[in-house]
This record gives sequence, C-alpha cells and structure tokens, in this order.
Amino acid sequence: MNETDAWTLGVIVLIAVNTMVTRSFFFIPNRSWPLPAWLQRGLRYAPIAALAAVITPEVVMTQGVWISTWQDARLFGVAASVAWYYLRRHNRYVTLETLLVGMAVYLPLRIGLGW
Amino acid sequence: MNLMFGRLQRLVQHPEFRRGAVDATSLAPGLAAWGLMTGVAMIKSGMSMTEALAMALLVFAGSSQLAALPLLAAGAPLWVILATVFCVNLRFVVFSVHLRDYYMHLPRPLRLVVGYLTADQSYVLLTRRFPDAADPLKLQGAALAAARQDRVAFVLGTVAVNWTSWQVAGLLGLAMAHSLPTSWGLGFAGILALVGVTCSLVNTRLRAVSALVAGAAAVAAIALPFKLNIVVAIAVAVALVALLEPAHHE
Repeated sequence: MNETDAWTLGVIVLIAVNTMVTRSFFFIPNRSWPLPAWLQRGLRYAPIAALAAVITPEVVMTQGVWISTWQDARLFGVAASVAWYYLRRHNRYVTLETLLVGMAVYLPLRIGLGW
Repeated sequence: MNLMFGRLQRLVQHPEFRRGAVDATSLAPGLAAWGLMTGVAMIKSGMSMTEALAMALLVFAGSSQLAALPLLAAGAPLWVILATVFCVNLRFVVFSVHLRDYYMHLPRPLRLVVGYLTADQSYVLLTRRFPDAADPLKLQGAALAAARQDRVAFVLGTVAVNWTSWQVAGLLGLAMAHSLPTSWGLGFAGILALVGVTCSLVNTRLRAVSALVAGAAAVAAIALPFKLNIVVAIAVAVALVALLEPAHHE
C-alpha cells in the first residue's frame, strides 16, 4: 500500500481551492460590471467551442501527434456516435444512446483487434 | 444557516431541479467511466488510498487531477503544481465571465459554492437550457426572482447527478485500480458522452463554424503546455463569431 504524507494532502487541499477560484473567478468580487455586447454575443459560443476543443485532439491525435492510421478504434467510435445522433436526434435519450452505440463500436475494435 | 437551508430546500423541490437532473442523467455514464479511470489513475500513480480519496472528494475536476498526478509523483515544487492546475482550469475562468450573469445575484458564499460545483457538463447544460441569464432580460420583481430561481435550481439538479456519478465511479476506480486494465481505454467514454452534447448544440451555421474553428485550433496549438490549446481554441472561436455574428443573426 502506498504511504500517505501530509505535504501531499496539503497540496490536494490547495488544488481544490484552485478549482473553486478558477470556476468562480469573475464572480468572486461583489461588484458587478456589465460585459461589452460583442463579448456577450461571442460567449454564447464558448460552450460549443470548448467541447470541440476538448474532443478533437482526443480523437485525431495520440500524445500530441496526428494518428497515422485509419485503424484506430476512436475514429469508428466517434463516427458511429455522430451517425446515431443524426438518425435519432428527436429521441429523448439520444445523448445516452450516442454514448452506448459509440462504445459498442469502440470497445470490440480496441480490445478485440487492438486498434 | 437556517435561511440557507430553507433556500436550498426550495431549490431542490423546484421543477427545474428535476429537469436539470434528467438532462445530466444522459451524460452520467460517460462521466462515470471517466471518473472510474481517474480513480484508477490516482492509485496507479502511487497515491495512498487516503490521498486519492481526499483528491477525489475535494478537487472535483478530472483534468486538473490527471494533470497533477505526474507532478505529485515526481515531487515537483508546489508552485509548479499549482500553476499547472490553474492553467488546465483556465477554461473555467472563461466560463465564469459567462456564468457571472447567472450567479451574481446569489450571496457570495453560496455563489462560490455553486461556482465550485459547476463543472463543464453543468455549464454546457445550463447555457443550453437557458441561453440567457435572468438579469439581462430586463424583468421586474417577482418575474425576475422566478427566472433567477429557475436557472439556479436547474444547475443544482445537474450538479446533484454529476457529483454523485463522478464520486461513486471514482471510489469504484480506487477500489478496482489493480484489476482494471487501462489498455481498454474506458476513459474514452467521457469523450463519446461529449460528442452527443456537441451534436445537440450544432444547430446553426455559426455554431458549426465555431465548433470547426475551435477543433482545428485545439489541434494546431497542441504543443502548448498545460492544455492551453483549449483556452486558445475557445478564445479564437469566440472572437471570430463575435466578429461574424452581426451579419448573421441567430
């Protein structure tokens, strides 16, 4: 069993404080100030931009380098998910189904074929 | 204290709380798979069970947990660890500009707790359900109070489901760390869960543009340390659509 040390626990507490400070950053002060209109418009696109920025490198790169083969389980998993989403987009549980279908394609390729 | 408790009770019984919980439930399996693998990674990096438990319960931010692990294991200096997790969390600083309108009416202690709990999924679901915060809508009196309440109740509903599934899966990961092979790549479920949400947000041409631009920028800037490529990608996409939008009303 690994040993516990007080220094590590202290660092963990500070990392948790960091979570609170970064997530609350611009509403820590009580004073409220209005955002410029262009920023308010642009920020509506921040969620989708963040999602695309997180997902894309995780699918088309490995350790910061472009994947060099099409035999990669991730590509097929994502393709299956996107296709399923557009087939079933009016269904209530589509997000969950998208995940399950993607994993159903991804896991056999990854574990079975080692892609 | 009583005042805060009564307020919390009203929020939990609010219909939007349930709505938020339902919306978050469709993402929960992906979050759980990712939480599981984060739990496994913590033990495999050499943390003790106590340290890993403290990190899972307190930090509640998967990407900064994963970023901190190799640094802790290597005995990196404190400032390097904190600077790294701050940079990995920079996207939340961007989100907090946006969330300010949603949360500013809350008293500060509550505001900071709600902010701490608003991880990526809750932020995305909140802004999808309520594209506008209550305050800029120019409502008055009871209508304003009700609109503010809707948003906070909704986000807490998503938090209740996200927090629980993340923590339960993380604990399971700690327990199973030595029997679950990382080569299965179960953490990829976290990415696939986000694919569905992304598709549901791509409902206008400009949104598709911002997704493509951000995806390309994140790949192009991958060499930046601390996952700063994500922050750069968000900034590029937000700035671009802010320039384009006046011509293309949504």
